[in-house]
Amino acid sequence: MEDTLKIEDIIKPENKVYEKTSVLTNNPTHYCYGCSHGVVHKLVAEVIEEMDIQEDTIGVSPVGCAVLAYNYIDIDWMQAAHGRAPAVATGYKRVSPEKYVFTYQGDGDLAAIGTAETMHAVNRGENIVIIFINNAIYGMTGGQMAPTTMLGQPTSTSPDGRDIELNGYPLKITELLAQLPGAAYVTRQSVHTPGNVRKCKKAIRKAFENSAKNIGTSFVEVVSTCSSGWKQTPEESNKWMEENMFPFYPLGVLKDSERDTADEYLVQKLKK
Amino acid sequence: MGDIRLMKGNEVIAEAAIRCGCDGYFGYPITPQSEIMETLMIRRPWEETGMVVLQAESEVASVNMLFGGASAGKKVMTSSSSPGVSLMAEGISYIAGAELPALVVNVQRGGPGLGTIQPSQADYFQATKGGGHGDFKLIVLAPSSVQEMNDFVDLGFELAFKYRNPAMILTDGVIGQMMEKVELSEFKPRLTNDQVENKYGNWAATGKKENRERHIMTSLELQSEKQEVHNQKLQAKYKQMEEEDVRFEQIECDDAEFILVAFGVSARISQKAVQILREKGIKAGLLRPITLYPFPTKQIKELTGRVKGFMSVEMNAGQMVEDIKLSVNGEVPVEFFGRMGGIIATPAEIVDAVESKLIGG
Repeated sequence: MEDTLKIEDIIKPENKVYEKTSVLTNNPTHYCYGCSHGVVHKLVAEVIEEMDIQEDTIGVSPVGCAVLAYNYIDIDWMQAAHGRAPAVATGYKRVSPEKYVFTYQGDGDLAAIGTAETMHAVNRGENIVIIFINNAIYGMTGGQMAPTTMLGQPTSTSPDGRDIELNGYPLKITELLAQLPGAAYVTRQSVHTPGNVRKCKKAIRKAFENSAKNIGTSFVEVVSTCSSGWKQTPEESNKWMEENMFPFYPLGVLKDSERDTADEYLVQKLKK
Repeated sequence: MGDIRLMKGNEVIAEAAIRCGCDGYFGYPITPQSEIMETLMIRRPWEETGMVVLQAESEVASVNMLFGGASAGKKVMTSSSSPGVSLMAEGISYIAGAELPALVVNVQRGGPGLGTIQPSQADYFQATKGGGHGDFKLIVLAPSSVQEMNDFVDLGFELAFKYRNPAMILTDGVIGQMMEKVELSEFKPRLTNDQVENKYGNWAATGKKENRERHIMTSLELQSEKQEVHNQKLQAKYKQMEEEDVRFEQIECDDAEFILVAFGVSARISQKAVQILREKGIKAGLLRPITLYPFPTKQIKELTGRVKGFMSVEMNAGQMVEDIKLSVNGEVPVEFFGRMGGIIATPAEIVDAVESKLIGG
């Protein structure tokens, strides 16, 4: 037994390849298997740690599965009414502009009940970060149809699949927001492969960095899975998302003000 | 001698906000209170005190901006009129549930629905019984003069921060629109985060420091046992308000046999009615609740032993009269006189009502 490896022999600084960020708490997760929320929470927490802004960052949690986001990321939080997170973030940021303020919202919260608050916060160019988890379903209430639910996708309130006649089309809210001069950075990401996780983290980091530059709203959509709501295994969910959601919600940067000058041109023109 | 001006009630709300060190105003236009935001935009307080003024996309948004600003530990306020305040009911409930200080001004107009833009006091129930879902109370101040529009902004903030609870100035289109002499308050500087912490405690979401737990501004508690504890804490706070912060004014009540109870502009008119009744040899008095919640229940109870009856005078179908009846508990008659639809009662009508309902009845 003397040759058995002891755990202390393995856990050495030179062997370390990964460490959980201290900005994530040790609370057990309430999210389901295969859910994207945990990964995105981790990315937000890592960005906060790497930018060293834990004392200066305030999160706004939504109504939905992520209502309890404040249990996992170790910062000060506000818990907003359903859909109102961008208004809550606006109120905070306007009276405390030195802070980093982000909202973390699902598709029902952001693109249905909170459409007005979302559009107007972005249109005013509030210097906040909006993280938008789009999993095409209402997770917390048990899998009802969302504004972003795909055509033909079955949910508990569209059991025969989303029907254009009855429910209209899935809402491409991110494309709508990218049209607004107040939006500084609009991107659509996913976290279903290690490569995508890395890209998504870069996007979140850029969004937070933008906050300090006062150039407008930064908006990061994460096309996500909801295995419980979709009634699929995590593996099936990833495949379904790739095959059904990515063609309609293509990944990539929709707008980057540092790169695009069209809006600046528009603003200058309007000023004259 | 202070700064004495002739000003409109709504304008005074704006001026008082700047002077008392308010950090932010978030609002949406609606008659008859739009002068509040208009005055602020003309005054440009962000250049003078750093106070933020923002026109929101809706009352729903402005009350949630209030939630955000209050979470930062800042003195924030909004104003609206009846239909707009209905839209704010959700946000006010969240602010009360999360125990945040904030000031809401309701310059009432007639309802229900879009109703009328003329003055009314028909939101008494909404203001004093919570006004949103769940068991909660607002601190409700009812000014009856332009001077009190000035004074109650600062008082409203003081009480809101004392209890970490939303406070409401419940006024009406008359007080909001009329001009009167007013002595404006002295300027008070806006508080820093440290000053707020020293004065009102370390509770706000000002950014998590290493030496403390994270501050979470939330009204959510999924465990029933913990939610009930939270409810009990709120109720204890309301009890404390009832013990420490009831405010009222009594006019000619010492030897009165008949007491009129009225708030806001109805109290101004009722005061004239008391004078006419006295001239007629009728010993009338006026009790004017200044805090509609907490209500002056004890004072009415005390008067009950030595008067022949009460009459509530309101610009609605009879709302505060229910609280008077609860206070009197059937010992003497409690009558009601009111006008609705934006009609302002005349002193003569009130005198007639006292004579026919209370004395003759």
